[in-house]
Amino acid sequence: MLREILGYFFLYFGAAFLFLGSYGLVRFPDLYTRMQASTKSTTLGAFSSVIGVGILHPDWFIKCISVAIFILLTAPIGSSALMRAAYKTGVPLDERTVVDEAKDFFAEDEKEEAK
Amino acid sequence: MEKAGRLNRFIFTLIVMFASWLMLTVTLRKDELVVGFVVSFLVALVGSDYLSEHGLAHFSPKRIIYLILYIPYYLWQILLANFDVAYRVLSPSMPIKPGIVKVKTNLKTDSGKLSLANSITMTPGTITIDAKDDTLLVHWIYVKDASVEGATREIGAPFEKFLKEIFG
Repeated sequence: MLREILGYFFLYFGAAFLFLGSYGLVRFPDLYTRMQASTKSTTLGAFSSVIGVGILHPDWFIKCISVAIFILLTAPIGSSALMRAAYKTGVPLDERTVVDEAKDFFAEDEKEEAK
Repeated sequence: MEKAGRLNRFIFTLIVMFASWLMLTVTLRKDELVVGFVVSFLVALVGSDYLSEHGLAHFSPKRIIYLILYIPYYLWQILLANFDVAYRVLSPSMPIKPGIVKVKTNLKTDSGKLSLANSITMTPGTITIDAKDDTLLVHWIYVKDASVEGATREIGAPFEKFLKEIFG
């Protein structure tokens, strides 16, 4: 009984954050801020849902933990790659953006590649 | 830190691969173990050059203790990050002030820098975009301090003391 309450708690907690992530995707102004919403919320959402399933089905628990670890390790790398590709192909930043150090960071990059 | 020898790295990769196999199959049946060992052996034989740099040094007790201390801290930061995003998404005025800043790191090893970049991505309001030498490029959803020193203190410093012990 307690196990079920805990399991469903994790499941709904994860679902709530998955929803918030999608809502952020709609509300935020540009790609970069949208990535902020989707990366964080979907990672915790997926992590929490998988743990919830693991608690509801104890014989899957260790499998679920390893799946959760792989999610935690790989999700940030994917979002970094997407952000980098977006910036390099010239996706514009929102007008509220206050500072952009990336321009000269990548300019140095291109100079090195040209050599 | 020095690169470890080939045998050392091979054994490290083998252990990690076999442990992953055990966690994914969750069984001690003999045939499963044999297949798992053969597969891990082949992967370690082919891939240990790419998969590991410092080999068994990762298993020293100090590193493991810091790793165990780091995990709850990391999970806590992920939770904070999510409430932070939730607040920014739901608040009607949408308090964002995005920007891209540079963060310096003292970490020397590639695995250390990768973990720092991952940790930064998972913490409130920051995503690592790229890394080169000792500089990380970070997108920050609410820029408090645009200078390199200020951003380093705000974003990178809390993790570095853990990661320095774990990855050197």
